[in-house]
Amino acid sequence: MSLSTEIFGGAAMRLATLGAAGLISLGLGLGPAAAQEGAAPQEEHEAETPHYPLKKPELESWSFSGLFGRFDTAQLQRGFQVYREVCSSCHGLKLVAFRHLGQEGGPHFGDAEVRALAAEYQVTDGPDESGDMFERPGRPSDYLPSPFPNAQAAAAANGGAAPPDLSMIAKARAVGYGIQWTILDFFTQYQEAGPDYIHALLTGYQDPPEGVTVPPGGHYNPYFIAGPALAMPPPLSDGQVTYADGSPQTVDQYSRDVAAFLMWAAEPHLVDRKRMGFQVLIFLVIFAGLMYLTKKKIWADIPH
Amino acid sequence: MAGTSTYQPKSSVGRWFESRLPLGGLIHSSFVAYPTPRNLNYWWTFGAILSFMLVAQIVTGVILAMHYTPNADLALNSVEHVMRDVNYGWLLRYLHANGASMFFLAVYIHIFRGLYYGSYKEPREVLWILGVIIFLLMMATAFMGYVLPWGQMSFWAATVITNLFSAIPLVGETITTWLWGGFAVGNPTLNRFFSLHYLLPFMIAGVVVLHVWALHVSGQNNPAGIDIKTNRDSVPFTPYATVKDTFGLVCFLILFAWVVFFLPNYLGHPDNYIAADPLKTPAHIVPEWYFLPFYAILRSIPDKLLGVVAMFASIAIFLFLPWLDTSKVRSAVYRPLYKQFFWIFVICGLGLGYLGSQPPEGVYVIAGRILTIYYFAHFLIILPLIGILERPKPLPSSINDAILSKNGGVPAESKA
Repeated sequence: MSLSTEIFGGAAMRLATLGAAGLISLGLGLGPAAAQEGAAPQEEHEAETPHYPLKKPELESWSFSGLFGRFDTAQLQRGFQVYREVCSSCHGLKLVAFRHLGQEGGPHFGDAEVRALAAEYQVTDGPDESGDMFERPGRPSDYLPSPFPNAQAAAAANGGAAPPDLSMIAKARAVGYGIQWTILDFFTQYQEAGPDYIHALLTGYQDPPEGVTVPPGGHYNPYFIAGPALAMPPPLSDGQVTYADGSPQTVDQYSRDVAAFLMWAAEPHLVDRKRMGFQVLIFLVIFAGLMYLTKKKIWADIPH
Repeated sequence: MAGTSTYQPKSSVGRWFESRLPLGGLIHSSFVAYPTPRNLNYWWTFGAILSFMLVAQIVTGVILAMHYTPNADLALNSVEHVMRDVNYGWLLRYLHANGASMFFLAVYIHIFRGLYYGSYKEPREVLWILGVIIFLLMMATAFMGYVLPWGQMSFWAATVITNLFSAIPLVGETITTWLWGGFAVGNPTLNRFFSLHYLLPFMIAGVVVLHVWALHVSGQNNPAGIDIKTNRDSVPFTPYATVKDTFGLVCFLILFAWVVFFLPNYLGHPDNYIAADPLKTPAHIVPEWYFLPFYAILRSIPDKLLGVVAMFASIAIFLFLPWLDTSKVRSAVYRPLYKQFFWIFVICGLGLGYLGSQPPEGVYVIAGRILTIYYFAHFLIILPLIGILERPKPLPSSINDAILSKNGGVPAESKA
């Protein structure tokens, strides 16, 4: 029963964040009634097989959502700091190169900063003239080194489960809310299920409820997409990362920042895409209007 | 029905060429002078939209192939290289991936338009069958294209679909091994899928030429479902159909742009951003949305072989539609009973699509079975029967008359 109330609660909250579009859908009768319908079969199945995640992520507000979405440079820089100081000890980011971190509209670190940052890492290069591999300081063209040499080493060091690379994680995780929301998402342009999930997971660690036994090495988290508990211990704590810009040093803020950063890592051209998309839409709407008038003129004398 | 070409090139070079290869005349008679029914509505613009989508898919696909690496270890990274480092690579890839969805959306509308207005009936049977062949080729092409990024869903979709062939008695296992190029889905499978994914669109283009040719022999159907009888029933393709098709296409492109620029991953599956892992089966393996109704039919049958047979039969049955529908009246506008069953069939198809996306358990299985039975009953029982039982409304004597009665009897001349 608790499951269905949670789904319904999540749905109601989601509706609130959707604003105007949500109101339209209410008018159409697509709203709460549909949400209840969607919850009913879930409730039925609860007894047979539990469906994960146990709780759906809360919807956060993101600077990069919607028609005019843009990344917040300061937030991406903080997010990178969280990744670097916390996540990177276990998780790789192998598709991101140091040079990417200087991207305008992305983290936008200065040239010198990128160079200095890359040089802090040691990268294996070679072979040299005598056929030996050698270590050298990183360059902007190098990719961020992963913490483990291969998946086997990563698994061995982490109790059998390799921590996933985070390059695409923000597009590789999405929790469905049911068909009525999927339809609504088309109109509200909801594409932030990944960062919502990351934020929910990182802030969602809690003590297991009465009667729930967590397997050894597991950490209870009702937001985890594939089970009641995951192998990763709660990675963040308040005050763990020192922000230079005075932003709150809380788990909630860290999670939000790192989720935004990972969205950028997964979709670095998001800002270009939305900017161009808006121009294309304007062009097409005007073009369609002109074609309609042309059509009307040509067909004016022909009843059809 | 093909318009007799009165095409006369203006330049002497043009006349010299035309007398040796009458290419200009062919284009002129097919796309300029070609008489098109005057009463066509916007559902008829989807032929032009589909032609555009085929060309768009080929153009974006050829460029993507310049940056893609068909190797099991490198494929996903090469796709991400396109997304991150190739100039406008993200645009090309999102256009191509979502273009497949738009292509299917357009083809489903095109098919259901044909179903509603009886476009498959005499004399357009061959035209219809060529269309079904194009649809089958599209499905094969789209499936193989989905495998190419070599993400989790790519890999497991390839595994599920190729395994279907193992249901064939006696030779099934051998055929499956042959398809894979090994004893499991692997690098050889990816290589041949890439090769075929590049080949099939050109086969589609070839059959499209035949499809258009057949269309120009039999002439276009129209909302009234009656033949062109006099010049008053038709208008020349250019400018009338050309401008209408262009307007329809631009409207369709607005939808396409909305998806590509603002919802590029809406129609995809998040698991396909996880590298393929043969040792880790995803919680739910689901195909792309356009295959869901057929996937639901496959899963509704408890027996593997019969399930595969039912799935292929659900598409093959369209080939026999011209003879299963016994009514002589084409358009549903004049078929009160058929019109209702048409919409029930649409709902049945949407329902199967929804069920295909759900886990195969509980009520979903039962609902899937009911809709599967209904799907086949529509073709095998309902269509043959209502053709006999139904009393169609009286048909107008000509397309011109149909327009006149629609416009409240105002003669064409008085309006001009």
